[in-house]
Amino acid sequence: MAAAITTPKLKVATTSLAGCFGCHMSFLDIDERILQLVELVEFDRSPLTDIKHCGANGLCDLGIIEGGVCNAENVHVLREFRKNCKILVAMGACAVNGGLPAQRNHIDLRDILEEVYHTSPGLAQGSQIPNDPELPLPLNKVHPIHEVVKIDYFLPGCPPSGDAIWKFLTDLIAGRTPTLSHELMHYD
Amino acid sequence: MNPDMTEPVSSPLVSSTFTLDGDEIPYAPGQTVIQAALAAGKYIPHLCYHPEFKPHGSCKLCTVKVNGRPASSCTTAAQDGLNVESETPDIKDKRRTLVQMLLVEGNHFCPSCEKSGNCMLQGLAYDLGVMSPHFPQIFPTRPVDASHPDTLLDFNRCILCELCVRASSEVDHKGVFALSGRGITKHLIVNSESGRLGDTDFAATDKAAEVCPVGVILKKRVGFAVPIGERKYDPVPISVQTVSHTHKKETV
Amino acid sequence: MPVNANSDQVLPALLARHRHNPTRLVQILREAQEALGWLSPQTLGIIAAGIDLPLARVTGVAGFYSFFHTEPRGRYRVLWSDNITDRMLGNQDLMQEMCKSLWLEAGHLSEDGLVSVDTTSCTGMCDQGPAILVNYRAITRMTSQRVAEVCELIRTETPVEQWPADFFNIDNNIQRADILLRSSLPPGDALRAAIARKPGAQSTLDEIKRSNLRGRGGAGFTTGLKWEACRNATGSGATPARYIVCNADEGEPGTFKDRVLLTEQADLVFEGMTVAGYVVGAHKGLIYLRGEYRYLLDHLESVLARRRAEGLLGHNILQQPGFDFDIEIHLGAGAYICGEESALIESLEGKRGVPRNRPPFPVTNGYLDQPTTVNNVETLAAAALIAKHGGDWFRQIGTEKSAGTKILSISGDCARPGIYEYPFGVSIAQVLEDCGATNVQAVQVSGPSGVCVAADDFKRRIGFEDLATAGAFMIFGDKRDMFEVARNFAHFFAHESCGFCTPCRVGTTLLKNCMDKIHAGHGSEYDINEIFKINHLLQAASHCGLGHSACNPMFDTLQKFRPAYERRLKSLAFEPAFSLDDALAQARQMTGRDDAGAHLATSE
Repeated sequence: MAAAITTPKLKVATTSLAGCFGCHMSFLDIDERILQLVELVEFDRSPLTDIKHCGANGLCDLGIIEGGVCNAENVHVLREFRKNCKILVAMGACAVNGGLPAQRNHIDLRDILEEVYHTSPGLAQGSQIPNDPELPLPLNKVHPIHEVVKIDYFLPGCPPSGDAIWKFLTDLIAGRTPTLSHELMHYD
Repeated sequence: MNPDMTEPVSSPLVSSTFTLDGDEIPYAPGQTVIQAALAAGKYIPHLCYHPEFKPHGSCKLCTVKVNGRPASSCTTAAQDGLNVESETPDIKDKRRTLVQMLLVEGNHFCPSCEKSGNCMLQGLAYDLGVMSPHFPQIFPTRPVDASHPDTLLDFNRCILCELCVRASSEVDHKGVFALSGRGITKHLIVNSESGRLGDTDFAATDKAAEVCPVGVILKKRVGFAVPIGERKYDPVPISVQTVSHTHKKETV
Repeated sequence: MPVNANSDQVLPALLARHRHNPTRLVQILREAQEALGWLSPQTLGIIAAGIDLPLARVTGVAGFYSFFHTEPRGRYRVLWSDNITDRMLGNQDLMQEMCKSLWLEAGHLSEDGLVSVDTTSCTGMCDQGPAILVNYRAITRMTSQRVAEVCELIRTETPVEQWPADFFNIDNNIQRADILLRSSLPPGDALRAAIARKPGAQSTLDEIKRSNLRGRGGAGFTTGLKWEACRNATGSGATPARYIVCNADEGEPGTFKDRVLLTEQADLVFEGMTVAGYVVGAHKGLIYLRGEYRYLLDHLESVLARRRAEGLLGHNILQQPGFDFDIEIHLGAGAYICGEESALIESLEGKRGVPRNRPPFPVTNGYLDQPTTVNNVETLAAAALIAKHGGDWFRQIGTEKSAGTKILSISGDCARPGIYEYPFGVSIAQVLEDCGATNVQAVQVSGPSGVCVAADDFKRRIGFEDLATAGAFMIFGDKRDMFEVARNFAHFFAHESCGFCTPCRVGTTLLKNCMDKIHAGHGSEYDINEIFKINHLLQAASHCGLGHSACNPMFDTLQKFRPAYERRLKSLAFEPAFSLDDALAQARQMTGRDDAGAHLATSE
């Protein structure tokens, strides 16, 4: 493959914020096509590589974010991605509109913490709302990622199918504006 | 409003036409642009329009350009020689924006909605290629009403099309639903002092129970009877389906 | 508001007085609230049963209007007019003072249930602001001292009826009068002239048409054509009839000329309505008076009573057999959209004030589906003068395309705010000179839905051929922040959108949020592009004029005062939609943490 010699591989980073890793699992549903993919890309920060921060070896071409933003750490990670990736993709329902975690948004966070740590049955004696600085604080509400940083492309689905992810990525890698056919377009 | 507008007129002796995206569309007197278009097999997106009810004109998804000026095709009477544009990039872009506005106005979490796959809002969003809600979410607080034995009301998904209001009042003669508030606080209310559906004379067999285009009025105990992925708008886009459905009715 | 009034005692008589007629619902709700303080579920239930409508419909109507409360709002309800002109006069600080003094938070009922303080859209007192409504009675020219006095009266639970009468003085502030405001036409003269004109009503219609009178509400439709269309339309159904409606729902922020016309020239307005009734063949006239002008009701009713006694209203007016006409006053209840004529008609019919689909137009299918002429207060006053003096007399005033005079409501940065009546064709520069305005950077002509005219264009003229206006003329000196002007208007439209159509219902709120984000210093170029995007949609897809023009203030100021926006922007392409650090506040509170990790800068 002559092209592979002259075209450097695209650098891709992925992460999951307030998500369930279902989109990453669905990503693996591209099955053996992953072999074609690794011909075209190399993975930077990602649960697949266990690299902890992106951008150590220069800008990434593509950042793929699963999950919405529910706590302070999500904000830091998202900002790291925005700073170190040329293109950011929101992958899956939670990244796109907050998804299932955002269904807590109609409940006041104080009531949630109160119930989880103080009033729900079966708690240990003296249970308290954790205040360890190591733990990221939750935000009042869960937000889709495009409300925190600029997002360039959106791939809906809960999760998007392996085929949808494959189509989307191959479009992006080839420099095409990604589109989904009716079969691949799903919010559920 | 011409009362004839409630029923599409399908006279075989059609002599008048207007153009829709360059195609000649025949119409019968009393028909609106959208009625004539659908009868002729041309889809115009819509949510609050329903063939059995008087045109409402609130969702604005059916906005077209008539002789160069924007208009709702559900409230515009068909007339000889009108030049109607529908599938232009600009109009499609506006429709996408309208869908996105509806998506951020309510709480539309498709993965946990029983209507997913059968939902007109979702079907339209797919058809228009809406990849994200684009705007900041409003995340309103809208408690659900599970008080009725057979029917669940999940106001989170309400798009305020008033089809249930119209059906309950005009067909069921019950007036179970109404609207209150205004602007962004406008919301659906229920006709009982408690405000709960269980305290009304609503029945699951009411017309109002079947007209909701989204997932507000849901039958209890039938969840996931059809698996996700095999539902109404999953195999065939809403645009193709609506038109072939209307066609079928016409030929019958 | 009486505290102990009982709904069982009050409502039966009230419902009977309105003949259990559902089209009277808005009036029934208003009177019930006046008697009972608020509209409890029990009250709404009795009313619904009394007029045979579903409870939800009645609740839905109550829920539409800002001045109806379905929750207790206290024995004292204070509303601060929140037009930009009130803000320029310091209403926000004064309201804070009041809230502090009464120990309450704006928008909430005090803990003892005595009083609530909130804002409301422009109350039409812009030339004498900051203005408030206390139990829907207007007090103008608020100062720190007056705030203290009002708070004291509330604390001592003094009934509003016993407050010092001078608190409620409202000035007419007529600075320049012309044919309308100077008129001393004796009541009945215009009618006598119309009746005398032979062969009949058509002759007076011809004069109205010859006069080239156009609507003063802003849209400028030719009055003669409107009357003619209504006259030629035949009613339908069991009780065919025609109606004359006077639109006195003067809600456009910055407009207060109808208030002064109705105060000073009520006879002329009623005479115009009666002439219209004579020409069109209507037997009933309705005035839709905005709820903010509730205090004018007694005065207007007394003028109507006198006119009835003088034979100028009622049966066989001026001894003309079959010339029957009477006028009824309906009060609005805090909904700007009811200034739109078809929404106004819906409200007259006791419904939510939602604009109708058109066609058909009110001239053929209006009030109760009958042919209806809806005219602005000022239009009707002018029509009375034309009936007396003829069309040729009228059309030689003003310009070729804009006959007659226009009353401007002038407020904002000038030495002499108030009411100015000019022949059409006057330039902005001339008006500014007359009212003593110097160093002006912009004038908002015709209110938020009108146009923002910057200094370069002050040679422009008032008239249908250039700057059509309903009368608002708000002046902004060179120290004013035009971004804040636009933001105030964005809030106004979001509050007043009826919510019928998607683009306006959602778009006005998205715009408001966008402007607030820029205001908070979190805006970016992205947000400005969003404003243009929303503007594009609202102009094309909204159901009515409110939506079409809701972006005008942003669009105009972005064209003419873009730096006022830009200096607020972060120099970034994108900023979060919400304050990230605020979003951690509840968690901080619950965990007691305040370390570095417990905070987020909204931008890096």
